[in-house]
Amino acid sequence: MADTTLNQGSPEVTAEIRDAYMAMTRTKRMYGGIMLVVFIALMVSGFMLADSRNAGGFWNGILNIFQFPGEVLAEASAKAANLPALMVKFFPSLLETINIAAASTLVGGLIAIVLSLLSTRGLARFPALIGLFRRMMDIMRAVPEIVIALVLIFILGGGPVPAMIAIAFHTAGALGKLFSEVNENADLKPVEGLASVGANWSQRMLLGVVPQVAPNWLSYALLRFEINIRASAILGFVGSGGIGYDLKNAFSWGQGRYDEVAAIFILLFLTIVFFDQLSSHYRNKLVGKV
Amino acid sequence: MTAIADMPQTENLHDTATRLIGRKRLLAFAVPGVILAYFVYLFFAFDIPGLMDRARMDNAAILVADSYSYKTHVTHDNRVGGLGFAVEGEAKGTYPEGMVPEFVTMSGDDAARIELKAGEAAEIDGSTLRYTVPDYGTVVVTLEGREILLETPDGEVPDWISASSSRVNITGAGGRASVTRARTEVFRYAFGWELFWFTLDSQFYGKTPAELAGLVLSGDRVVDGKSNLAAIAHDVWYNKMWRHGDVLWAIFETILMAFLGTMGAALVALPMAFLAAKNFSRLMSIRFAMRRLFDFVRGVDGLIWTIILSRAFGPGPMTGALAILITDTGSFGKMFSEALENVDDRQIEGVASTGAKTLHRYRFGVIPQITPVLLSQVLYYLESNTRSATIIGAITGGGIGLLLTQAMITQKDWEEVSYYIVLIVLMVMAMDTISGWLRRRLIKGA
Repeated sequence: MADTTLNQGSPEVTAEIRDAYMAMTRTKRMYGGIMLVVFIALMVSGFMLADSRNAGGFWNGILNIFQFPGEVLAEASAKAANLPALMVKFFPSLLETINIAAASTLVGGLIAIVLSLLSTRGLARFPALIGLFRRMMDIMRAVPEIVIALVLIFILGGGPVPAMIAIAFHTAGALGKLFSEVNENADLKPVEGLASVGANWSQRMLLGVVPQVAPNWLSYALLRFEINIRASAILGFVGSGGIGYDLKNAFSWGQGRYDEVAAIFILLFLTIVFFDQLSSHYRNKLVGKV
Repeated sequence: MTAIADMPQTENLHDTATRLIGRKRLLAFAVPGVILAYFVYLFFAFDIPGLMDRARMDNAAILVADSYSYKTHVTHDNRVGGLGFAVEGEAKGTYPEGMVPEFVTMSGDDAARIELKAGEAAEIDGSTLRYTVPDYGTVVVTLEGREILLETPDGEVPDWISASSSRVNITGAGGRASVTRARTEVFRYAFGWELFWFTLDSQFYGKTPAELAGLVLSGDRVVDGKSNLAAIAHDVWYNKMWRHGDVLWAIFETILMAFLGTMGAALVALPMAFLAAKNFSRLMSIRFAMRRLFDFVRGVDGLIWTIILSRAFGPGPMTGALAILITDTGSFGKMFSEALENVDDRQIEGVASTGAKTLHRYRFGVIPQITPVLLSQVLYYLESNTRSATIIGAITGGGIGLLLTQAMITQKDWEEVSYYIVLIVLMVMAMDTISGWLRRRLIKGA
């Protein structure tokens, strides 16, 4: 021991340390290399497999990729005069899509608030049930919207409500998890203060916790709203209300209605970009990001 | 002196405080009020009253009942004669010749007694049906020429029987029966997913797990030329009713879509992110072009990309993977370039001071700094894309999303629908767990 400490500066020891270091680097590089090879193998074989199970192959498709947008563009520019009128025509369905997203964000957010408060340590009303509420949120998050939407379409018929319930269900789970992470950082002193004057659980939460966490909650809810607009457009395509449904109709009609397709594409694009900018602007304001 | 000088200030403070509290009070009422008003607007915009009219609660009952139970049809063909037994009335669930469900006792070629639940029983004798209900008596339905005749013990038709000259339906507490000119049928409900492991034509149908284990260990071969284990696996994998093989393939395809799409997007987005980051790309115009490209790709949205690509590539997992790839390239590009702008310059300078070239500076100065952020984002997207891939599959026609929509469109195989839903939820939760585990393993201390 003492010898090595004394001889630290000697060339042999330095060489030893260098060898050990180089050996370590080599193993690390080898592992990195193996990981890389495995990853590349996975990507390549996955690509080949997906290609072989696809109806049209990749290499055929890549040549046709501009064919459909080209057709749409050609027809839309030929009927360019129609576009403003068509956009006005589809505006109500666009409003419905936005309404679905807003309503589901609101409903899902409200449920998420309750679930998140019930599943945060230190705040929970029933501490023994924290695990239960967390698993509940896990499951709500895991169910894709389309599953609930399709089942509800069977029961309730087409329209905006199935989509709204489906998205709200997923939103409640997704936001609940994020909200409870926010809650964990809340200061417990106001809660204790309120408890000391005899406030009940809902009063403690409403007056002690909500003012602290509301900006962060709102910021997550805005982000979710943006995601939900996309989701509600997609759900419309599989059969429940909004602009997605119109898009599906125009699209399956094929040539001759591509001006409608183009009008919907433009509306959808503008809406998404608009809400994207809006939500990121307010999120920066709320959370005070530099 | 000071007190007097302070007076107006205090007054001011008091005013500000009152105004502030007043505004907060207003807000406290206004926010719930606005939300409430919005819900009232939605109530009419979404036509909730009309929806309640249109809602088919009987469909919901069918769906729920069908998802955890199955029915066996006992059918007498009234035109050509002969009794048949089939699970869910489907050809792939038909009992082979000479095989009879255990609740049926044959009393002739065309006659059988069916034990139903709740003490009820039904007898089919040719086209004649005798349905016995305890504490009520026996309902007899006969077919005379083209007329269907109903005889009840007290001569009246109770509300659980619907009768006309061309059709009689009996809905008992333990089963159902119907008589038409074409056939006399009795339905017996039972709990569970029937034929889940083996269909009726399999040699292993009706065997207990212990018997199966015994067969696996024994040397006698049930199917020639195959070991018992292989034969069992074959019969489960190619189960005609549940199509386990196809379903697992579809699940795998969905995961493949998510994996290829996410990883591909990350690989494409990384070099582009360097071009879009302020501290790596000197040219303002390139930076601007890249950013607008990311915004455009994100703005067009997965739905539109999916539609465009499904035109070019046809249905299948490749289309879904590419749709995810393109959409996420925009998101990743934006996030990666933000991460790149936040890197610490000192590490890069340190690497540069050893005489490293540009590539080495990136490799050893930049990449190690952004890897944790990148990895955690990629893994998070992988998990959420598993869900998206289900939806995209439903649109383009690939993976479990396609199977799910197909099963829903037929509107009768709800047990299959619930099977798929369970599998989808398990798949997403498994991906959730794996990506969480990987995130913790790969990003230690980050």
